[in-house]
Amino acid sequence: MLEKADQLFVLLKDWLVGFLPGGWHAPAGAILGVLAIAVVYPTLFAIAVLLERKGLGRMQNRIGPNRVGPFGVLQPIADAIKSLTKEDVVPLNADKTVHFLAPVILVVVAFMGFAVLPAGRNMVLVDMDASLLFYFAMGASTELSIFMAGWSSRNKYSLLGAMRAVAQMISYEVPLLLSSVVIVMMTGSLSLVKIVEAQNHYTWGVPHWYIFTPWGCAAFVMYAISATAETNRSPFDLPEGESELVAGYFTEYSGFKFALFFLGEYLGMLSISGLGTTLFLGGWSAPFAFLQWIPSWIWFFSKVMLSIVVLIWVRGTLPRLRQDQLMNFAWKFVLPMTLLNLVVAAIWRFMGEGLLRWVVCSAILLVVYVVAGRTEMRRKHFGPRSYRYAE
Amino acid sequence: MLGEGILKGLAETAKNFAGSFVSAERLTTVEYPEQRIPTAEAARVFPFLVYDGSDWEAGMRCVACQICEKECPPKCIYIEKSKDKKPDYVGKMQIYPMRFDIDISVCMSCQICVEVCPFEAIKMDTQFELSTMDRFGGLLYDRKQLSQSNEYYHKIHPTEAAEVDARLAEEKAKVEAKAKAAAAAAAAKPAQSAAAGPKSAEPAAGAKPSGAGE
Repeated sequence: MLEKADQLFVLLKDWLVGFLPGGWHAPAGAILGVLAIAVVYPTLFAIAVLLERKGLGRMQNRIGPNRVGPFGVLQPIADAIKSLTKEDVVPLNADKTVHFLAPVILVVVAFMGFAVLPAGRNMVLVDMDASLLFYFAMGASTELSIFMAGWSSRNKYSLLGAMRAVAQMISYEVPLLLSSVVIVMMTGSLSLVKIVEAQNHYTWGVPHWYIFTPWGCAAFVMYAISATAETNRSPFDLPEGESELVAGYFTEYSGFKFALFFLGEYLGMLSISGLGTTLFLGGWSAPFAFLQWIPSWIWFFSKVMLSIVVLIWVRGTLPRLRQDQLMNFAWKFVLPMTLLNLVVAAIWRFMGEGLLRWVVCSAILLVVYVVAGRTEMRRKHFGPRSYRYAE
Repeated sequence: MLGEGILKGLAETAKNFAGSFVSAERLTTVEYPEQRIPTAEAARVFPFLVYDGSDWEAGMRCVACQICEKECPPKCIYIEKSKDKKPDYVGKMQIYPMRFDIDISVCMSCQICVEVCPFEAIKMDTQFELSTMDRFGGLLYDRKQLSQSNEYYHKIHPTEAAEVDARLAEEKAKVEAKAKAAAAAAAAKPAQSAAAGPKSAEPAAGAKPSGAGE
């Protein structure tokens, strides 16, 4: 029975596909998988938006939306209707084709990432050997769509926002990749399914998730920082920067195209949380051995939503960074730490079993973290500004 | 250590998040259309015309002197004088405005019309829910829409209205005293001519305080 609950969606798919003749099974199964992704993740997006609006409100001692439906739970539907019925304004000087393509590409690319995320036992659309590589290739394509949006709008704020976004996303792409490389080193595979399987065994009821190792914990922190920057979330939301750039690269978008950007942004958050869950938090595996009877997909989605809650919490707490702080942080702190983490992971690998490797690896990481935090991130006192004018 | 401040901040927002469910006094906002915060006494939105008594047309304090119309910086006031006259609060015959329009879509709530009015006839309202479906006619208020009773003025600005009332009462008393003195002087004149005595100035001078005392 529990076995069936765990495999509910796989069995459902097999049952539905069974109605078709033999040759049709594989394409029909793929189409069903795509449909499932196209339904589940936008639903999670609606829940995330509601959580964000209610949670941010509570963090600022407000009530948040509570008019539409009981406790405002129907607010996402109202928002959707509003953006669908709004007028779609395209600037006169805009490059119409590129302006139209940018949000479409963003959403398509964001959906592509979900194809390789294992959402449960046997629940992955495409089980590639190099799915991690595929995921990062897709994730890097969002930069293209963002720059397309900024460039085609013919608006200075859009262009500035897009340039900021591209600079920021390329800078944080590097530590994001390097923090994931540690996992590949330890697992010996680029396949996300294999990575989850490698974490899905237990000692004394506690799982072997990579976050419970010194290098995994450090990599997770670096991954979380880079992922926040990669999805343009506060405190790294400079590309949007309401106070200085109107809305950044999607200033000139309205109606449904704006909604697509919004959707793309949240899908990006969901997918990067999903990848973080897969890499560090054991994917669909249960947090304790005695909880393994709960279906695997419940664990995956609850971990993803927990990551979203943390992202919302961070957004409610931190003010926006300055551009130089952002770049300094990426290149002077996060990148060296991820490089060091590669070395630490190698040390861990070659020291063999035992308590000693725990002590050595943790000590190296902690000492470097404290020292780097003290020296690199020291608050600089610039003193009074001096201006030089052309003479 | 790096990151300590972030943890402190996260604890603070978590405290706010949990606290807003527990204690209602943490909430800084109110559920607006149902719950309202009373407006401050000094609040001002757009001007209105004050009238005394119960009939807005008869009791209107405005005498169409057009000072406010001339002083208004965005020129949102339009006044037409009447041909006939009606008695003002002291009983003196005054002209009154046939038309008194304020375009509140133009008005900038500067209160200059209130400052310059010598008749305490125009005051600032606190009513702010003025949305309308018609953005031209609906926002052009005529004298009937602008008229509000003195009691309403007392309700929204109690201190200021009390001061205004005291000043008007004082003025009224002064005018009445003057009228009485004039009446007494007029009454004394025939008596004086009838007496035709050499000390004609003294009874008239003596009549004044006795007349005021009555």
